[in-house]
Amino acid sequence: MIAALTLLLVYQLVGEVIARGFALPVPGPVIGMLLLFLTLVLRGGVGADLRQTANGLLQHLSLLFVPAGTGVMLHYQRLADEWLPLLAGVVGSTFLAMAVTALVLRALARRSGGEAPR
Amino acid sequence: MNPRIDEIWVYLSTTPLLGLTLTLVAYQCAWWLYKRAGFHPAANPVMIAVAILVAALSLTGTDYQTYFDGAQFVHFLLGPATVALAIPLYAQLPRLKSMLMPLLGALLAGSLTAALSAFAIGAALGASTQSLMSLAPKSVTTPIAMGVAESLGGLPSLTAVLVIITGILGAIGARGLFGLMRIEDHAVRGFATGVAAHGIGTARAFQVSEQCGAFAALAMGLNGLITALSLPWILPWVVQLFGR
Repeated sequence: MIAALTLLLVYQLVGEVIARGFALPVPGPVIGMLLLFLTLVLRGGVGADLRQTANGLLQHLSLLFVPAGTGVMLHYQRLADEWLPLLAGVVGSTFLAMAVTALVLRALARRSGGEAPR
Repeated sequence: MNPRIDEIWVYLSTTPLLGLTLTLVAYQCAWWLYKRAGFHPAANPVMIAVAILVAALSLTGTDYQTYFDGAQFVHFLLGPATVALAIPLYAQLPRLKSMLMPLLGALLAGSLTAALSAFAIGAALGASTQSLMSLAPKSVTTPIAMGVAESLGGLPSLTAVLVIITGILGAIGARGLFGLMRIEDHAVRGFATGVAAHGIGTARAFQVSEQCGAFAALAMGLNGLITALSLPWILPWVVQLFGR
């Protein structure tokens, strides 16, 4: 587990250095994820230790958003003042984006004749 | 003489222990409820845990910064967890290769829809410019969204809240929406959830199936990438269009 955690942190660190070094607008962990993905493709496999640690972390991914979500406390006033446009914007755009993505993906996947979505 | 309860409180409220423990206890309660509800999407554990924490902090008069000093240890794990998403992604490699172009097309359509419809609806209903700039990047994962909002002139901390609300909504609504649309494929469901509802949608998708989660993770990563690269260029142009 410690070896796997070390590996994840090293990739995050490298991602962070690349993001800062090239002044990219993308956060370090996302670059780290892409680098780890490329490494796995090149190596052609995932070790058992890494798989277990990743599963452990991802199973409770929800937990990791709780501290940031509690930040809602800081914005009572603005949310009270502008609740209608903000709520309508968030609700409308979230469902629109999900529907558009799913429809486009299904249509394109059928046309390209790849593995047909069910 | 035993120390008085308020002295213990004064001590505890200055250490990170309290914020950290409180976060985990609130999450355990939320997870227990989620489980009791048969993992129904409406019992979203992020939403319940946040509600418990906000209530607890308000009742004890603790400010967010004090709480976050402890909770940041949990928050920090978002970094390695994001890197770890490469592993389920790799497991889907064959399916990914066969669907590459459709995935990219859907990503582009979904990403633009998320940002522009949020902006348009908010603008039509009279949100302030600062709120609109905080709203536009709300479909991407928190750290990217905050960075984009900042470069647009929004409020990063407001964006963080809108991002979380988006994620919770997506996680709660996905099953109903895809049911209505008769979309059964877990790859399509996962990808659409990841584009619209980033990490919280992805967390929910992993609870549905590994394939659903992996495609959500892929969508989240890609949407973060293209939103970070494109929105700072596109949005000022849209702002002019709306005469803001």
